[in-house]
Amino acid sequence: MSESNSNNEPLASEKPLAKEKPLARDKSSASQKQPDVKKKSKTITRGPGRRAQQARRQFLRSVALTVGVSSISLLGFIPLPSDAKRHRLRPPGALLEEDYLSSCIKCGQCVQVCPVNAVKLDDIDSGFGLGVAYIDAREQACDFSCDGLQCVLACTTGSLTHTLDYTHDTRMGFAIFDKPKLCLAVAGKGFKGLARGPDYEGLLRYEEIDRWNPIPLNEYPYDVEICDLCVQACPIEQRYNQCKEGKYPSGDKNQCTPEHAIGLELIEEKNGVRHMRPVIYDGCVGCGVCEMICPTKEPSIIIDYDKLTKRPLSEHYIIKSKKGITNE
Amino acid sequence: MNNILESLAQLFGRTPRKPRKDELSPAAQKMYFYKKGQKVTKQQLIDLHDEHHKNSKNKWRKRRWITLIAVNLLFLVSFSLDIQLLEGALTASRFMGFHMADLNSALQVMLAHKTVLINLIIGVVTVFIMWILLGGRTFCSWVCPYHLVAEWAETLHLWLAKRGLAKNYTFHRGVRTVIYVIFALLAIVTGYTVFEFISPTGILSRALIYGPTMALVWVALLLIFEIFLSRRAWCRYVCPIGITYGIVGVLSHTSCDLRYD
Repeated sequence: MSESNSNNEPLASEKPLAKEKPLARDKSSASQKQPDVKKKSKTITRGPGRRAQQARRQFLRSVALTVGVSSISLLGFIPLPSDAKRHRLRPPGALLEEDYLSSCIKCGQCVQVCPVNAVKLDDIDSGFGLGVAYIDAREQACDFSCDGLQCVLACTTGSLTHTLDYTHDTRMGFAIFDKPKLCLAVAGKGFKGLARGPDYEGLLRYEEIDRWNPIPLNEYPYDVEICDLCVQACPIEQRYNQCKEGKYPSGDKNQCTPEHAIGLELIEEKNGVRHMRPVIYDGCVGCGVCEMICPTKEPSIIIDYDKLTKRPLSEHYIIKSKKGITNE
Repeated sequence: MNNILESLAQLFGRTPRKPRKDELSPAAQKMYFYKKGQKVTKQQLIDLHDEHHKNSKNKWRKRRWITLIAVNLLFLVSFSLDIQLLEGALTASRFMGFHMADLNSALQVMLAHKTVLINLIIGVVTVFIMWILLGGRTFCSWVCPYHLVAEWAETLHLWLAKRGLAKNYTFHRGVRTVIYVIFALLAIVTGYTVFEFISPTGILSRALIYGPTMALVWVALLLIFEIFLSRRAWCRYVCPIGITYGIVGVLSHTSCDLRYD
C-alpha cells in the first residue's frame, strides 16, 4: 500500500546531504529531459538554487504523502458494497448501521464484559468496520445470560444505545425461517444428541442447571420427539414462560417480555400435507440463539440483520435509535 | 504567551527559528558569545555526541519503555486474566471503572457521529486533565505502542542508512497539520471515523488485547516504509494523535528548561 507514495518519489529522489549521487540519479530518472536541464541541475548542487530545488522536491513529496495517506484511508469504503461483509449481527442496542459505525470508538469494552464471549471485533477487511463489535450467531450467539445488557452498559459512546432497559427492548435483527427443507420439525423428525456435536465450543445458559453460569452446549444432550430446539433455547420464550408462571426474571416484572418470539405451529399446506414448523413472532429480538442451536448442518433458521425492513413492530426501536440519546 | 504561540507554530510545522537577541537571557547571551569564539568541526561534534552516549545508561529510555510496556500489559492482563483494572483499549477504556477516552479517537467519533454522550465527555475530560498534568505528547513516548515498535524500526533505519541501505526522504513538517485537517473533514463529511481505519496505535492496542488481526499487515507496511524510506515518518509527518496531544502539551506546565551554570 505504501507504494502509492514511493511511486511519486522518483520526482524527488534527492537526499539533501548527498552531493555526487543525485546527479547519477537525475540521469536515470530524467533521461528524457533536455540536456540543458541536466546542466542546470549540475550548476545548482550548491547555493540558494539548490536549496530552492530541495524545498520544491520536499513540497512535492509532502503533497504525495498527503494524497497517499488520504487515499489509503479511503480504502475503508471498499468493503461497503459487499453485503456479506457489511451486514453483521451487532450487539444488543446497536444503532442503525451507519450511526453505529460512526459512533463506535473501537475499544472493545463490550467484548470484555460478555459472559459468553459472543461479541468480537471486526478486522480490516470490513473497511471502516475495523475494530467494531459484531456477533457471529452461528459460532456464539448472545443468550442474554448477563441479564443486564452488560455490553450496552459498557459502551462509552452510546453506539449501543443506553435507551434500552430490558432484553426485549433490543432489536439486533429478526429470525427468518431460511431453509425449511432442512428443518427437522418440517420433516417430522425428532432430535437426539448434542445440538452441534461434541467439538462445538459455544456456550448457552440453562436456567435449570445454573442460573448464573452458561455451560458448553456440548454438555447438554437433547432428546425430543419433534425437534423444537430453537423454541426451547429462545431466551425470549424462556422469559415469557417464566413470567406466565409468575417467576419474574431477577424478580423484576419489568423484565417480562410482552410477546412471544418463536413457536412451533402445525401448518397445513395446499396439498394437504400437515407438518410442524417454527414460526417467528414479533417478540423476536434477533439474538441468534436459534441460529446457533439449530442442529441441521446449515442452520434452517438464521438472523436477518436488516432492522429496518423486516420488522413491523421495530418502529419504536428505530425511533429510539434515531433519536440517539434523547428520550422518546 | 509568546512561548505558547511559538510552540503551537512549531507543532503545526513551522521551522524552528533562532531566538532574537532580545529574547535571550544575559546568561544565554554570554554562552552564545563564547560559543561563537570556538570553532568546532563536524567530526568533533560527532565524537562528542558518541562519547556522551557511550557513558549513558539510557536511564530515561529504560523508564519510558518500562512504563509503555507496563501500561499496555495492564490492558492485556485486565482482560486475559480478568483483573478488570484497565478495561478496553487505548481508544477508550475504564480505569477501575472510571471512564477514559483517547482524545483523538473521541474527537473523530464526535465529528463523525455528531452526537456526544456524557460518558464520552467524562472520559475526554479525565484524559485531558491527565495529559495536561503529564505533558501532552508524553502520551506518544510513554504509552503509544506504535511508538515503541517505531523506535526499534528507527534504530534499524539508522543502522541501514549508515551503510547506504536505507534513505531518509524528508517531508515538510506542516504536512501533518494538513493531514489532521483532512481527517477531521473526512470524519465530518463521510460520517465514518476514517482515521481509525489506518491508525496503527488503535490497531496495535487492539491486536495486543484481543489477538492479532490482518490489520497488522498495514502496521508492518508502515514500519517497512519507515525503515527503508523515511525515518519515523508516521509520527513526524502523519499522526493526528500527535497533534491532538501536542496541543494539550502546549497548555501543559511540563516543559524543558535550559539552565546555564
